[in-house]
Amino acid sequence: MTILRHRLFWPIAVLVVLLLSNLIFSNNFFKVTLLDGHLYGSLIDILRRSAPLVLVALGMTLVIATGGIDLSVGSVMAISGALACLLIGDLSNPDAVGPVLLVVVAAIALCVVAGLWNGFLVAVLGIQPIIATLILMVAGRGVAQLITDGQILNVHSSPYRVIGAGYFLAVPVSFLIAAVAVALTVALTRRTALGLLLESVGGSPTASRLAGIRSRRITVMVYVCAAAFAGVAGLIYSSDISSADSNAAGNLIELNAILAVVLGGTALTGGRFSIAGSVLGAVIITTLDITAVSVGVPVETTLLFKAIVVIILCLAQSATFRAKVFGRFGTRRAEVPA
Amino acid sequence: MLRRLSIAVAGGLLLVSAVAGCGGDDGAAGGGSSGGGDDKITLGFAQVGAESGWRTANTKSIEESAATAGFELKFVDGQGKQENQIKAIRNFITQRVDVIAFSPVVESGWDTVLKEAKDAGIPVILTDRAIDSPDTSLYKTFIGSDFVEEGKKAGEWLVKEYQGKTDTVNIVELQGSPGAAPANDRKAGFADVIKADPKFKVVASQTGQFTRTDGKAVMETFLKSQPDIDVLYAHNDDMGLGAIEAIEAAGKKPGTDIKIITVDAVKDGMTALADGKINFIVECSPLLGPQLMDLVKKVKAGETIPQRVLTEETTFTPEQAKEALPNRKY
Repeated sequence: MTILRHRLFWPIAVLVVLLLSNLIFSNNFFKVTLLDGHLYGSLIDILRRSAPLVLVALGMTLVIATGGIDLSVGSVMAISGALACLLIGDLSNPDAVGPVLLVVVAAIALCVVAGLWNGFLVAVLGIQPIIATLILMVAGRGVAQLITDGQILNVHSSPYRVIGAGYFLAVPVSFLIAAVAVALTVALTRRTALGLLLESVGGSPTASRLAGIRSRRITVMVYVCAAAFAGVAGLIYSSDISSADSNAAGNLIELNAILAVVLGGTALTGGRFSIAGSVLGAVIITTLDITAVSVGVPVETTLLFKAIVVIILCLAQSATFRAKVFGRFGTRRAEVPA
Repeated sequence: MLRRLSIAVAGGLLLVSAVAGCGGDDGAAGGGSSGGGDDKITLGFAQVGAESGWRTANTKSIEESAATAGFELKFVDGQGKQENQIKAIRNFITQRVDVIAFSPVVESGWDTVLKEAKDAGIPVILTDRAIDSPDTSLYKTFIGSDFVEEGKKAGEWLVKEYQGKTDTVNIVELQGSPGAAPANDRKAGFADVIKADPKFKVVASQTGQFTRTDGKAVMETFLKSQPDIDVLYAHNDDMGLGAIEAIEAAGKKPGTDIKIITVDAVKDGMTALADGKINFIVECSPLLGPQLMDLVKKVKAGETIPQRVLTEETTFTPEQAKEALPNRKY
């Protein structure tokens, strides 16, 4: 019974059901082989392709924990990919590791500036987060298109390719990047007081300030983190296809990231947050995408299929709904108000 | 204090955007003062925007061919919004241009403004995209590609390529965005041609949203869930290019192990075709400028023109791609 009450129970259950349905309806889903010295299979695809969404959802979790929201992450992804591809195109030797690393740092630095701008609008000027980040969401894609001149920029750089499409010790590099980011964030928020401070700012910025927490600094910091993570996600995205597509990069990913956070059990009102939940949410969304293709859901009904899975998960997570449907079985846990 | 400051900033932003908006208007109106010259033909063109490389090439073609034809071109970028295009068309009417041409952002909602143009006696030509109005007297002609025809050309190449062979040909299809006319029509045209021979089997067909990333992602999954893939048909070059990456990552050779057919013929696609990674590309040309100018001249001279004009388009094999590549504009 206690396992049913764990807040990650339902997301994990849905993930397991999705994977099982692949076992029944699609071929070779669980087959993982070694190909050209790296792991190859649908499960590896899930790990690799979850990486950008996991990174963006990670930043989004921190922002939402403070009671904010960041709509600009998709545009920031586009900017980082666009700048990286533009700079690599100008390199005399795009296959040298050093210059490419510098380019990567420059792209992330630009994203940090974007995050500072968001943080400044929200924490210093007091503009509502949804409005403040909407500005960069719209303008940022314009900036990205300006950088690429409205075209798709192609790059041929083997070190840059490694970020999104490469393997280290047979494991996808993008997965490793996301794993390191998650581990760092968990360590910083759960092993230090930072997590507590975040939750306190999300609970009440004023009370936190009166209690001696520099809530303004913390707010700016979470937007910078979200933008930096989005920047890395943008690099993975553009490296994966060796080009910068500023129209499509990160398009609507902000909504997927918010969905991932919510599926993971973090409330949009701020306060308590669950990093494990958000990561799980992001993996569920990616698995859902891959499942729709591998079991061959017709194109016209793909969105409906996804919506149904998400609705089932959200309903399952609602204690009130469970109490109503399962009657006596759930009443004991129905003390949570609707 | 903070709140007041934020209101001030928000107000300032609004003011700036309002001023910018006026600036845009001034630009369009300012250009109008010289409109309606005596013998020089003035063409008002309202473009969709600059959302893709294809569109940029389309704009360039129209600008260049207008200059060559000696027309005065009034060009307005609709930035993907219908209201901008409607505003632009009204401006063209007040400026009394000779001919209005535009590429409608959406299919519906044009009747009122086109009626105004008709009442003012200014002929209208649609380019690249159609409108759904039942009243065909609102425009003189519609020039653009026939997407069904493009799908058919792709199917015909496939039929010829596998002529005389009896083995089943397993095809996977990367569709464009669901509901978009190019996606629906390219799928329908292709299916129409290959259905005659039961050896052609579309084993999987999913959307790649016309983008490289989705093309790559969907192809990755196809490669794992479909044990045997002979042919990939992608509704545009970009999805095909993404799929090539997926095929290479799966240790297969694109163009040899899996034959690839795409539509569009943008430069990146043509490069891959010349390298043998794509086997066949059906052109969907944005370079309709010269044909458009020709139509404008005929409309102005009062000649009758057909209601539907097809863009001059061709298909490319790797050899033809090598030849065409050096002077490919987009």
